[in-house]
Amino acid sequence: MYCCQERRRQPRDIFAKLSGPVLGALAFMLPLVCASNAGAQGTGTPLRIGVVTDLSGVNLDYGGPTAVVAAKMAVEDAGGAVLGRPVEVLALDHQNKADVASQKVRQWFDQENVEMVTELLNSSVALAVAKIAAEKNKIAMVVGAVTSRLTNEDCNANTIHYAIDTYALANGTANALVKLGGRSWFFLTADFSFGHSLEQDTVSVVERSGGSVLGIARHPAFQGVDFSSYILQAQASGADVVGLANSSNDTVNAVKAAAEFGVTPKQKLAALLMQISDIHGLGLKQAQGLYFTDGWYWNLNEETRAFAQRFFKRTGRMPGMVQAGVYSATLQYLKSVAASGTSDSKRVLEQLHNTPIHDVFARDGRIRPDGRMVHDVYLVQAKTPGESKEPWDYYNVKATIPADQAFLPIEKSKCSLR
Amino acid sequence: MNRNHFVGALCFLGVVIAPFYIYPIALMKVMCFALYATAFNLLFGYTGLLSFGHAAFFGAGSYAASYALKYYGVSTELGLLIGCVAAAALGLAIGSLATRRYGIYFSMITLAMAQLVYFGFLQLPFSGGEDGLQGVRRGEVFGIWSIRDDLAAYFFVTVVVVLGIGAIVRVVHSPFGQVLRAIRDNEARAISLGYNVKRYKLGAFVLSATVSGCAGAAKAIVLGFATLSDAAWTNSGDVVLMTLLGGVGTTLGPMVGATIVVTLHNELADKVGTNVTIIVGALFIVCVLAFRRGVVGEIGGWLRSRARPRLAPLDQRARLLPGDSNL
Amino acid sequence: MILSNLSIQALSGQLVLGLVNGAFYATLSLGLSVIFGMLNIVNFAHGAFFMLGAYIGWIALTYLGIGYWEALLLTPILVGAVGLAVERTLLQWLYRLDNAYGLLLTFGLSLVIEGIFRDAFGASGQTYQTPELLEGSMDLGFMRLPIYRAWILLASAFVCGLTWYIIERTRLGAYLRAATENPDIANTLGINVPMLVSLTYAAGVALAAFAGVLAAPVVQINPLMGANIIITVFAVVVIGGMGSIAGSVTTGLSLGLLEGVAKIVYPQIAATIVFLAMTVVLLVLPAGIFGTEPKRV
Repeated sequence: MYCCQERRRQPRDIFAKLSGPVLGALAFMLPLVCASNAGAQGTGTPLRIGVVTDLSGVNLDYGGPTAVVAAKMAVEDAGGAVLGRPVEVLALDHQNKADVASQKVRQWFDQENVEMVTELLNSSVALAVAKIAAEKNKIAMVVGAVTSRLTNEDCNANTIHYAIDTYALANGTANALVKLGGRSWFFLTADFSFGHSLEQDTVSVVERSGGSVLGIARHPAFQGVDFSSYILQAQASGADVVGLANSSNDTVNAVKAAAEFGVTPKQKLAALLMQISDIHGLGLKQAQGLYFTDGWYWNLNEETRAFAQRFFKRTGRMPGMVQAGVYSATLQYLKSVAASGTSDSKRVLEQLHNTPIHDVFARDGRIRPDGRMVHDVYLVQAKTPGESKEPWDYYNVKATIPADQAFLPIEKSKCSLR
Repeated sequence: MNRNHFVGALCFLGVVIAPFYIYPIALMKVMCFALYATAFNLLFGYTGLLSFGHAAFFGAGSYAASYALKYYGVSTELGLLIGCVAAAALGLAIGSLATRRYGIYFSMITLAMAQLVYFGFLQLPFSGGEDGLQGVRRGEVFGIWSIRDDLAAYFFVTVVVVLGIGAIVRVVHSPFGQVLRAIRDNEARAISLGYNVKRYKLGAFVLSATVSGCAGAAKAIVLGFATLSDAAWTNSGDVVLMTLLGGVGTTLGPMVGATIVVTLHNELADKVGTNVTIIVGALFIVCVLAFRRGVVGEIGGWLRSRARPRLAPLDQRARLLPGDSNL
Repeated sequence: MILSNLSIQALSGQLVLGLVNGAFYATLSLGLSVIFGMLNIVNFAHGAFFMLGAYIGWIALTYLGIGYWEALLLTPILVGAVGLAVERTLLQWLYRLDNAYGLLLTFGLSLVIEGIFRDAFGASGQTYQTPELLEGSMDLGFMRLPIYRAWILLASAFVCGLTWYIIERTRLGAYLRAATENPDIANTLGINVPMLVSLTYAAGVALAAFAGVLAAPVVQINPLMGANIIITVFAVVVIGGMGSIAGSVTTGLSLGLLEGVAKIVYPQIAATIVFLAMTVVLLVLPAGIFGTEPKRV
């Protein structure tokens, strides 16, 4: 190797060392230049609201494009502009990945004048984005994600948890089922922050009422896993109740597998997070009799029905808690911006915390210091096919759990801001 | 000499002013992946070993650095170092097992072990499972220079990446690198010449793993999180694509490939959504069928065929895999 | 989470389910192994063809009203034709090259196929109704087994057996084996080797598509179902020995059983245990259990 070769390559080494990474970046600067945008703040520049959701994956019915429509409806109802600035709604498909959401939201905050992000289903995404909102001093109004960590360990001044959380879900559903004789439980848990939160909060309720947990099976979330082996485990445990600490497609598949393997007459199923879109996907034949807790229902009163009809005309489906929640959060945000006379996050947050909420989503809601928006929630049971009189008429509302009882009392919150 | 100095100065200027015109986070991400691809190319292009589990090292660097920065509040360069060490250790462990086998079996072992590492990150308590480690602070370099500002971070990352790539280039053009290329071209002959081939392969493997870990740690510092995507096998596939697209066995190739792939992911993701997958897949197919020397290799070959009628010396041509016919 | 009661009942139930999963692994790895043995191509797109089979079955049912039984016969033929086209246009240029290139090209192909379906149908998945004849479940005493799952076992066993018979006991199979061992001599003896090669690829992916239709009623049909399963199938093929039919089938079934046991003891490791097994096997037996040692450089 030392013969026949002269080391004449010194200049090229320097060339290679310095220019390599730079040339590469320079050569492809053009598309990136298009992406960069140093926007200025001022009157006339649009105020942007970002809807961060799953636009094409397993959660698209839970939140998805219909949540974006809900935000747009709220903007229209607020007049399309605030403080002389037009309001724009941007949408992001996070594909259920916290890193995709984090990067894009950071870029939105840095480069594209986005002041508030909402929806944020998928607890990993919500937790990640909440941190970024705090870092950049913007506002995150979480609707779709339900982990109670958002108002406990992971709370911050820039995040508001708007719709429902795992504590309220557990409180409503678990209590109801324990009263019906469900003393021993087996859990099927989605193996990430959301599932763990939901499982933990439900376990506390069960144990507080003197019940016991016979076993837990954790499964990968949102991957279309075959639930048969988990259902077998649940059956083998002999528990009174099989608690499904998962969501959307996973819950639907678990319920189907439970029917296939003959779980239901002997054991009760508890769908700890269920939305009207899931019932629609499952069909009342399989879903009938299921007890669960929901934050909103379209058929509650005249106001909700009117909103639902408007929504149905635009999207072809009835709104669920997430859609109504995004609508309400966006509307409240715009009202607060108008009322505080600025889009500066600190002032707007102050205004949000001090304004009671009376709209189609919450009859009597308010935002607590820990970021928790407290409102009434509903314990419902899925109707039998015979009881359903019109499309999407799926719920029998069994009880209304008032705001002050539904959520974790603020004295018990682990948040430092209370 | 003059022309090279001029080009060098131009590049230096480019590096300095770039963050004022282009979103620095995007630039930094490109640089981290350029480093990652260059490290991978050391193993693939210069030693001829196709590892399908490099994401394990990238992820290890990312997680180790994130954990140290988040929970122990170490200074930035220490976090980076911890990431490198973690990846090196993993590289040693996996490399010593994988290098015992050849060809497709080597690749399969690296894939299998990367899956085991992924599983570790999924289940072990420190890594946050599916949520990953979020809110990783950037810290202060040497304890004094805070790089919380994106511009400051950009210059730090530039220095790290240039040093990293420089180290790899140095190794490639060293006697050690020459032996690696000999192993790639004809392992039996290298053994018969008396080289301890297993040691060289392991050395290349560990070096490649360490620098990949460095890239992962840098990425975690820039973006502020470490997630399972860093260690997923799709990340391993991405780095193979970057190297293939850019030019296997060339110096600039992996950087060019990294820039193309990262930019594609970033820019097209919002505009065309899932079509990114189709485009990436099509790129793979086109590269393998028609473009095996990659962008840089093709351009280099074209330039050389214009400049010199005779063939360039053997070690300056982009060399590919042992099973290839001569170019 | 380790369950406190490892009862025989629970174990048997999981083993039966595991066997059903193993049947899928066996069918898929069979196709992959045959393709590798014949073409020296590591067909990364196998998972994509599996998904293709499931989707075509679903499309046939939803838009064309073609039922399950017809789909079971027609889909493999259709996908086999697609495979034939792929082999003629893309793969035939790679046979003389290092088999890493085949891996990379088929990887790209899998991305393209998955991207197309993801674009067309979204990632949320579709459901396929179980055919009426196979609905319901039977009581085995220790568990209720859905009849459809028992059918999966039967159908897979039949198809694997048929494949084995064709390769080992018919003249076509003899030609195939000859062409695998020494393509040049087989060619000079008058066997149309290129055509055999194309047919092998087509047959291999047809097997994958068959498994896809079989899987449709049990799993959520989504564009990523292939990607999720492909590396497990690879591991099965590598453990069994690339190119060995017996190896693939036995390893596939054994893996299913192993996963069943894992689900009782430590459920989370069930998806990863195959890689542990692969690492161990490869370090002890360089070419897998039934494989032959590859030629050294």
